[in-house]
Amino acid sequence: MDAVVRKPLLAVRGLVKHFPLKRDVLGRGGGVVRAVDDLNFQVLAGETLGVVGESGCGKSTTARLLMQLIEPTAGEVVFDGALVGSRDLPLKEYRRQVQMVFQDSYASLNPRLTIEDSIAFGPQVHGVPVREAIERARSLLDKVGLEPGRFAERYPHELSGGQRQRVNIARALALQPRIVILDEAVSALDKSVEAQVLNLLMDLKDEFGLTYVFISHDLHVVRFVSDRVMVMYLGEVAELGAAESLFVAPRHPYTKALLSSMPSMDPDRRTLDAPLAGDPPNPIDPPSGCRFHPRCPRAEAVCAQRVPSRRALALQGATEGVACLMNEPGSGHTAVAPAQELAA
Amino acid sequence: MKAVAKAAPLVDIADLSVTFSGGRAPVRAVSGVSLQVQRGETVALIGESGSGKSVTLRTMLMLHPARRTTLGGRLVVAGRDVLAMSERELADYRGKVASMIFQEPLLALDPVYSVGAQIVESIRRHEPVSAAEAHSRALELFERVRIPSPERRLAAYPHEMSGGMRQRAMIALALACRPELLLADEPTTALDATVQIQVLILLRELQRELGLGIVFVTHDIGAALEVADRIAVMYAGRIVEEGTARELIHAPRHPYTQALLRSRAHGALAKGQRLVTIPGAPPDLSRLPPGCAFAERCRLAQDACRAQQPPAVELAPGHRARCLRTDASADTPTSHTA
Repeated sequence: MDAVVRKPLLAVRGLVKHFPLKRDVLGRGGGVVRAVDDLNFQVLAGETLGVVGESGCGKSTTARLLMQLIEPTAGEVVFDGALVGSRDLPLKEYRRQVQMVFQDSYASLNPRLTIEDSIAFGPQVHGVPVREAIERARSLLDKVGLEPGRFAERYPHELSGGQRQRVNIARALALQPRIVILDEAVSALDKSVEAQVLNLLMDLKDEFGLTYVFISHDLHVVRFVSDRVMVMYLGEVAELGAAESLFVAPRHPYTKALLSSMPSMDPDRRTLDAPLAGDPPNPIDPPSGCRFHPRCPRAEAVCAQRVPSRRALALQGATEGVACLMNEPGSGHTAVAPAQELAA
Repeated sequence: MKAVAKAAPLVDIADLSVTFSGGRAPVRAVSGVSLQVQRGETVALIGESGSGKSVTLRTMLMLHPARRTTLGGRLVVAGRDVLAMSERELADYRGKVASMIFQEPLLALDPVYSVGAQIVESIRRHEPVSAAEAHSRALELFERVRIPSPERRLAAYPHEMSGGMRQRAMIALALACRPELLLADEPTTALDATVQIQVLILLRELQRELGLGIVFVTHDIGAALEVADRIAVMYAGRIVEEGTARELIHAPRHPYTQALLRSRAHGALAKGQRLVTIPGAPPDLSRLPPGCAFAERCRLAQDACRAQQPPAVELAPGHRARCLRTDASADTPTSHTA
């Protein structure tokens, strides 16, 4: 982190998303998928916030909630001091400022529009005259490394995956947003192409003063691009902190397990024991207390009963925190340092 | 490995070529691959999309549509000439001598039969054993791939299992008839990080316990380094470099391998530093150049590289690179040697 105190551009408070399950003909089932539960975090102006976690941890639901593509069950999103969806910041105006790039570069483009028209479409919806929108599209194509003269008139199927993802990035930037949410945006690309697109993203961030929310399952990439990293587990934030300190000295047992699951990249120092057994549990019926406790090597009886506090992350200006009873004075976990107990 | 190397290899591929016709122009997916795999050895084939790694693997089980595929060269597995087999011989060969695990077990397993029934069917297809005996072997396999409460899981349908569990069930199915060769096509790519490492460790243990030969196809160098004794790097249908996992990561000599290793956003890189990228894109497999296919993206390329196929240069016993400029590439630092 820089020494400069950055202002929160986006603040998420108590965000919850439960998807109801259908009942079968006998009326069995029902219940809810607790995709995201009580999420609190901030995205600081100018930073890249990395979001990592395994399938079912709620990272993509979080992205869709941030974009307001789905309605939250509870909670609110505040953008630059204004509540999203309120009179101060109507949804349409908010969506101009926050854009998204998806993993599937092909599915996110209209196959019947030339890429130039795809990029110019958004600005036209927001009242930019056609000619100006096309001009903007061409200049953006140039910025993302696709020569407008050669590419503007092409259709999505005529491009490679890497080129299509560049088009999607250009389209996201066409509305001159302040935040771009990248949901596994480079995950489908080959490594050599991924590197080109990552460099491009870094250049564009500097040039346009952007803020990124970078969602990925690839920990190497997240470490490389992020200023801060948020680790999610079963719909909750497990740990949030500066990228380097989180990767060097993880505090949450889940973060530790996740990091030591990364291949060692050294045939002489192979991983001998898997840090965790089994798969991540189902978010339909998450475990009680700390949701990680059934797989946690440090779990104690108290972990099944008490939910770790996420209050620290909800506080104004909080940039880091860990939701673990071992870090909570007075929680009753034996790993809590006695000094901490006294301070509490 | 040295003592084993003298015996006849389990897999012996010489100058294999695979061409697909039927599209606008024939696509030369594999052009002249030679590779040997010893018994009890794991070889990883790595490369990007379109490099020919999966096509090579699938050819070892003859999974390509016969009418649109032209095969050339030699492919011998456990002393049998795979390219010359009849359909009947292939049916005996698949599963019994060589079997395959795939990236997506949900597509590889039959959704309307329980996993146990599929394993029992596979065993009884190849061996004259009773249903009860086949069932007890299936149970043993589930224990071997470390599926908790195996008896109950045998009765489960694929959709009732989690991703990691399904991958283990598919491995059990592949091992049902005690094959000598296991072909793995990106088996851990779709898995979560904490599950991926479990499956990689399992494959390593099975390989050791059963003395399997494994060919492991992946685009993930990290996964390859966890399991492979040797690694072969493919580009545009050819193996451009081959060596032990140690040699490949610490002293790669083909400019493509070097660039591939450098372009990764690996932890050793300082933040804010630009990633080294490979300019351009892989060549069109229906219009391959006469010379080295990587030449147009290579920073060391000279006219000679574009004129003809570079021969394989032996850099150390077993470490080969198809490159004319291995002298110039020797002192290129990679981010991993530091």
